[in-house]
Amino acid sequence: MTLNTSRRGFLKAASASAAVLVIGLRPNGALAAGDAQLNPFVKVGSDGRVIAVVKHFEMGQGPTTGLSTLIADELGVTMEQVDFEFAPSNPALYGNSAMGGVQGTGGSTAMISSFMPYRQAGAAARDMLIRAAAQSWSVDAGTLDIVDGMVTGAGQSAPLGDFVALAATLDAPAEPVLKDPSKFRLIGNPSVRRLDSPAKVNGTAKFGMDVHLPDQMVVMIARAPQRGAKVSGVDDSAAHDVKGYIQAQTLPTQLGVAVYAENTWAAMQARDALDITWDLAEAETRDSETIKSEILAALAAEPTYNTTKSDHAAITAAIDAAPTVVERTFYFPLLAHAPMEPVNCTIEATETGGIRVHDAAQIPTIVHGAMAQVFQLPMEQIEINTLLSGGSFGRRATPTADYQVEAAMAFAMTDGSRPVKLVWSREDDIRGGYYRPAFGHRVRVGLNDAGEIVGWDHRVAGQSIMKGTAFESFVVHDGVDHSSIEGTADTPYQIPGLFVGLTDTPKATSTLWWRSVGHTHTAYAMEVMMDEAARAVGRDAVEFRLAHLQGDGPDQRRNAEVLRLVAEKAGWGQAAPGRSQGIAVHKSFGSYAAEVVEISGDAASGVQIEKVTCAIDCGIAVNPDVIKAQMEGGIGYGIGAAMRDEITLTGGEVDQFNFPDYEPLRISDIGAIEVHIVPSTEHPSGVGEPGTPPAAPALANAISAAGHAVAVLPMINDGVNFA
Amino acid sequence: MALTLNLNGTTQEVEAEPGTPLLWVIRDELKLTGTKFGCGVASCGACTVHVNGEPVRSCQTYIEDLDGAEVTTIEGITSKEAKAVQQAWVELDVVQCGYCQSGQIMSAVGLLTENPKPSVDEINDYMYGNACRCATYQRIRAAVQRASEILEA
Repeated sequence: MTLNTSRRGFLKAASASAAVLVIGLRPNGALAAGDAQLNPFVKVGSDGRVIAVVKHFEMGQGPTTGLSTLIADELGVTMEQVDFEFAPSNPALYGNSAMGGVQGTGGSTAMISSFMPYRQAGAAARDMLIRAAAQSWSVDAGTLDIVDGMVTGAGQSAPLGDFVALAATLDAPAEPVLKDPSKFRLIGNPSVRRLDSPAKVNGTAKFGMDVHLPDQMVVMIARAPQRGAKVSGVDDSAAHDVKGYIQAQTLPTQLGVAVYAENTWAAMQARDALDITWDLAEAETRDSETIKSEILAALAAEPTYNTTKSDHAAITAAIDAAPTVVERTFYFPLLAHAPMEPVNCTIEATETGGIRVHDAAQIPTIVHGAMAQVFQLPMEQIEINTLLSGGSFGRRATPTADYQVEAAMAFAMTDGSRPVKLVWSREDDIRGGYYRPAFGHRVRVGLNDAGEIVGWDHRVAGQSIMKGTAFESFVVHDGVDHSSIEGTADTPYQIPGLFVGLTDTPKATSTLWWRSVGHTHTAYAMEVMMDEAARAVGRDAVEFRLAHLQGDGPDQRRNAEVLRLVAEKAGWGQAAPGRSQGIAVHKSFGSYAAEVVEISGDAASGVQIEKVTCAIDCGIAVNPDVIKAQMEGGIGYGIGAAMRDEITLTGGEVDQFNFPDYEPLRISDIGAIEVHIVPSTEHPSGVGEPGTPPAAPALANAISAAGHAVAVLPMINDGVNFA
Repeated sequence: MALTLNLNGTTQEVEAEPGTPLLWVIRDELKLTGTKFGCGVASCGACTVHVNGEPVRSCQTYIEDLDGAEVTTIEGITSKEAKAVQQAWVELDVVQCGYCQSGQIMSAVGLLTENPKPSVDEINDYMYGNACRCATYQRIRAAVQRASEILEA
């Protein structure tokens, strides 16, 4: 554990901050005279308002509400008394212990890495305020409490704001006393509402796209149509007819041309008017069909890596000798993230010769470092102002800070007198190439006469996400990129004779994690195969899974529990005539999710998703309604992509342009979603991603139950019609 | 070209090139950023505003067609339907990232103004063009129904 979750480290940081930050020093902070920052995570105003300093950005998954809830509960205030603000870039204070100390959001780790530090921060602030009140009233601190923002006890009561100035002069407690969980009022309370709802409902919420600095220029970039193509000539004569056009400059990387204009529409028009010639010598010019053939060919060969270190020959022999063998090959296409807000980033010079970056920064540490490199400035001369993010699903977390570096290059090519706002269009987003890589799985399962698995030969082939990135050393071991096989080799199922082999295929596009990363494909292959195997030996899909989840290991126990719960709540096996059900269960990001999809119709006549039931075990449920929303959203995200989305290439060029040909899930595509949360006293685990992996296989299993096995995604490419 | 708009109840003189989408006049010139850019091709609904009381996609509505028009954005909705929708949206915590929600709300207000008690199928039909990548759809349906109840009360 690193700084933030270690109590000693946290308190050391806390006392250092209390000494420095009292009486509002940050120019953009919310402190006024008489207010104080009691520790890195808590500011308290003399008016009693509490500000939670949130070390994660907000892309919709709710950390601003969640982390504020932890502070409010421990401190003793109501949610109405709390606001949030985003932490500045400072990994020493705000690093993510689950991301190696990098300050960033991802891997469903916000609550995992914040649960203890934010509770401690709230408890420490409470302790300091109580001691200040005790000093003021000359009473024993042990007689005082803070309830709904009022310090009470010893026959007195006063708003906590009255004690802020004094509290800020006290030392942080060596060991802040945390509440007993039985005393939680807000943690676990389903009536707690999101703090960001009102602003997002009345149009006042500020996203990166909404930054408008005085005298700013808008920049759009004409990017190479094929990855790796370089600019060899630019003719901007037609662009001069566009009112508001300023200039065009080829990026130093030669991978595009930056178009500067007075406003967004002029930038779009001027970009369209450019005549650019591209040098394709180093460009990717293959078709996606070629990439697919390479992946399928790799599946036919002995895999490069034996990730389970098992005896492949013996397992193959056991399967060959089995009375029942099921074999399937799955193919998963490239996918774009397509967050609602296209990426953007605004950069301006500061009064002191530095730069200020306005960005929905998912990994501030990477953005910060990249800016220091581009501008050759010391880190302290770079300020990152984090804004709300209109979704990400992984897109804003590139290991290279791709779009922020584009903005930096565009700014660096000017004299710096005007702020530069880089804007991507939807076409840039769909065609701009940071995709969930294509993957193939080939699975052979042997079953004995008792209907038990005797061997499971699982080959995975695809392009590594992590190799060649700054994250390689964390995730790649002995050549194996764990993110390519997570959810297979480490499956909670107790499978005798499990072999999981991996072959990396050549880099075809820029790849990136996509909500739930490797689980996007591994859960599908695992859970469709479990269904196929159960069907082949005439066993019920739930009973068959439970039989392979025996034992007292936490993975088996918790997976079995969500499976039983979802089966019960969905009325498993009791679908009405004309309805079919499919089930899937999958562990990811420390959480256990099981889902039943109920459909009407079939692949030929048209499938309609009538209802999805979900059971989730994510440890202590801090904000139950946010967790339900994450399951709803995660399910929709997985199902929408599986139904009809793919990115294809012709001659290296992306075939899709915008939502009409990369169609998002629509409201009529999906019926009711019912979510059940397993009560738990375990440490909180992920919720942003775990809802996604079981959704597509549960849908596939329902369609299969209605008579059509689906092995190729998206499903519309496998003969499935949707109503 | 110069033209006159009634924006959120106030008369505004606007200077813009013919062919400029209303979206960019609202966002870049008038600095009202509650109306969002999502696709630019009327395929996602994030840019939905009301023109003369009807929901339209502002990214495909051109400024030269709007002289004298009454334009309402998320910042300017005040009808009883609008209040009911915003209340329901907060009650049910519909939002996640929130980027599409101005457009969702502008469409929902249009729906309830036209049809105060829509069925589930009518909600699905009317809201079809408003995409939400966070997939908040079931809460959108529930919140439209809740707003309908609030209006009835």
